[in-house]
Amino acid sequence: MERELSFAEALNEALREEMRRDERVIIFGEDVAVAGGVYKVTKGLLEEFGPNRVIDTPISEAAIVGAAVGAALMGLRPVAEIMYMDFLTIATDQLVTHAAKLRFMSGGQLKVPLVVRTQYSLGRVHGSQHSQFYPAWFLQSPGLKVVLPATPRDAKGLLKSAIRDDDPVLFVECGLLYHRYKENVPEEEYLIPLGKADVKRRGNDVTVVAVSRVVREALEAAQRLDERGISVEVIDLMTAQPMDSETIINSVKKTNRLVIAEDSVKTGGLSAEIAARVAEEALEYLDSPIVRLNSPDMPVPFSAKLEQEYMVNADKIVDAVSKLVG
Amino acid sequence: MQMSIVGCVMGAFQIISLDGSADEEHLPELSTSQMLKMYRDMVLARRLDSWLMRLQRMGRVAIHAPSEGQEAAMVGSAHTLESEDWVFPSYREIPVYIARGVPISEILNRQFCNEEDPLHGHDMAVYGSRRHKIVPAPVPVGMQIPTAVGFAMAAKYRGEKAVAITYFGDGATSKGDFHEALNFAGVFKAPVVFFCQNNQYAISCPFSRQTATKTIAEKAVAYGFEGVWVDGNDVLACYSATKRAIEKARRGEGPTLIEAFTYRLGPHTTADDPSRYREHAEVEKWRERDPIARFKRFLIRRGLWSEEDDAKLHEEIEEDIKLEIEKAERKRPLKPDVIFADVYESEPWHLAEERDEFSRFI
Repeated sequence: MERELSFAEALNEALREEMRRDERVIIFGEDVAVAGGVYKVTKGLLEEFGPNRVIDTPISEAAIVGAAVGAALMGLRPVAEIMYMDFLTIATDQLVTHAAKLRFMSGGQLKVPLVVRTQYSLGRVHGSQHSQFYPAWFLQSPGLKVVLPATPRDAKGLLKSAIRDDDPVLFVECGLLYHRYKENVPEEEYLIPLGKADVKRRGNDVTVVAVSRVVREALEAAQRLDERGISVEVIDLMTAQPMDSETIINSVKKTNRLVIAEDSVKTGGLSAEIAARVAEEALEYLDSPIVRLNSPDMPVPFSAKLEQEYMVNADKIVDAVSKLVG
Repeated sequence: MQMSIVGCVMGAFQIISLDGSADEEHLPELSTSQMLKMYRDMVLARRLDSWLMRLQRMGRVAIHAPSEGQEAAMVGSAHTLESEDWVFPSYREIPVYIARGVPISEILNRQFCNEEDPLHGHDMAVYGSRRHKIVPAPVPVGMQIPTAVGFAMAAKYRGEKAVAITYFGDGATSKGDFHEALNFAGVFKAPVVFFCQNNQYAISCPFSRQTATKTIAEKAVAYGFEGVWVDGNDVLACYSATKRAIEKARRGEGPTLIEAFTYRLGPHTTADDPSRYREHAEVEKWRERDPIARFKRFLIRRGLWSEEDDAKLHEEIEEDIKLEIEKAERKRPLKPDVIFADVYESEPWHLAEERDEFSRFI
């Protein structure tokens, strides 16, 4: 059975199912309980699971993630919410230097099975301190997994896997997608494994690797290019750490052309790592240089019009692919 | 019990005076064998500390953060813990590990990074053990404080009796982690004990550079729970104050902040030279308040101990440490492949690939 769910509804269902399945799963963060999350991702969970499992905390990001580390050591599977990715910097010490290191530091005696959910609001006219997208920073943190769902269906399956995972997971959602559209999501239980990319559309001429919000833009671009006889393969990265280079490289070996499109600012972003891996493993298969489409190396502008121009979109992807296949 | 609860009485809580006489009214209920065990742990910690300093100077271990002068605070507090309680230490807590029953052989395996190092040579944390419920100390100051709170909240949620105790120094109280953690603990009435050893120096920075308040204990007021100021060189006062806080937490009555006012007689670590920032006379003054000498005077005054017993104990401990050092140093070093161990539950492909690549050079 399938029915249509929004991104936020799919995440809500993932949380609900995992909390029903395992009483070790608890949620805490700012405005997650009574308000049901500022973007309604945790709506109704307080009512079903009670205040011992769905906990509104002080505005205290370091303590939220730090406490999640302690709760995980106690044997729980905490899901901590950091309202905006911008606020994660405050808790990065706990996530990167504590959660991600404790298994290693303890010689494998301890594990820290926690999920930190957060979202970035690029495209919602939220300004430069609400819109930052820097998952690439966390690729420098061995021990941590980094997951970036792009669709409601994937969001649900990946979040369920993240909660069951025995390693700390940073789960980055795209706020713009929460209520933007609905899609078919299976009612039966399913999991989507971490560490696997997904070929969202098959094609032969150009590979477009996209992440999070930009996957939808890439699919739209592929559709438009298809009308012009250009066949685009769209790969959704889904997990940035560990990164499934194999799927990307296999695609490049087939299409011989690569465009990487994602919301990081260009320098040192996810696209840089993807490009480097392809250059290392499959340079001889490339017929033309790798093209990267990113946000410019600038803070996100607040003005709605400027912000739209700042962002990677289907038009820019169509343009880049068209130039490649010339 | 007349504790120096801030707002009531100012003056650190003390049971044993410098001359070894005691405030009989406040003596904790401890058997002779318990007190002698505490004394033994303090002496063992002191002798091991002295050995680790010398081993570092000889280039046989990498680094050491000495605990000389702080044994009463650590041994006294740790003796109140039950087996289900968890310890979230800082990096100076060898006396806590000894009081918790960790064999010195394990601590030495760690120091020498041999094949039996429980931490696999992965981090400079002094020790860590799931069995003894001791989390490896983080290097960033104060990072363990919110973790202890989360652990305590989880224990409460699971209906378990476990209490978390976290150790940190005066320097850590300037960190956001400290304030966020105490605020959190107050809001959620978490069963946690915050044990601050105010040893008056954060590397070179004196206590006056950390805070404008007279004590650290008084900061608890702002988070809605009790703060206790205790003589950190008095093992029985540290025991009593912590026992009370642990029992309170276990009863579900929330957190306590304990400030054990003490003094770091040695350097911050083997990489520090304290003569650059403090006078010798000040150190000498604090040597007169040595916690081990004070407890010994107390035990002798009460007829529980003698100079002969003491000489025998020191000799026995010294022999024991020497033997364990020899054994630990003889064990094989860690194998290079542990560089790639213990990062994820299962090894991702890119690590397997990197491990293969590295193995060509080792």
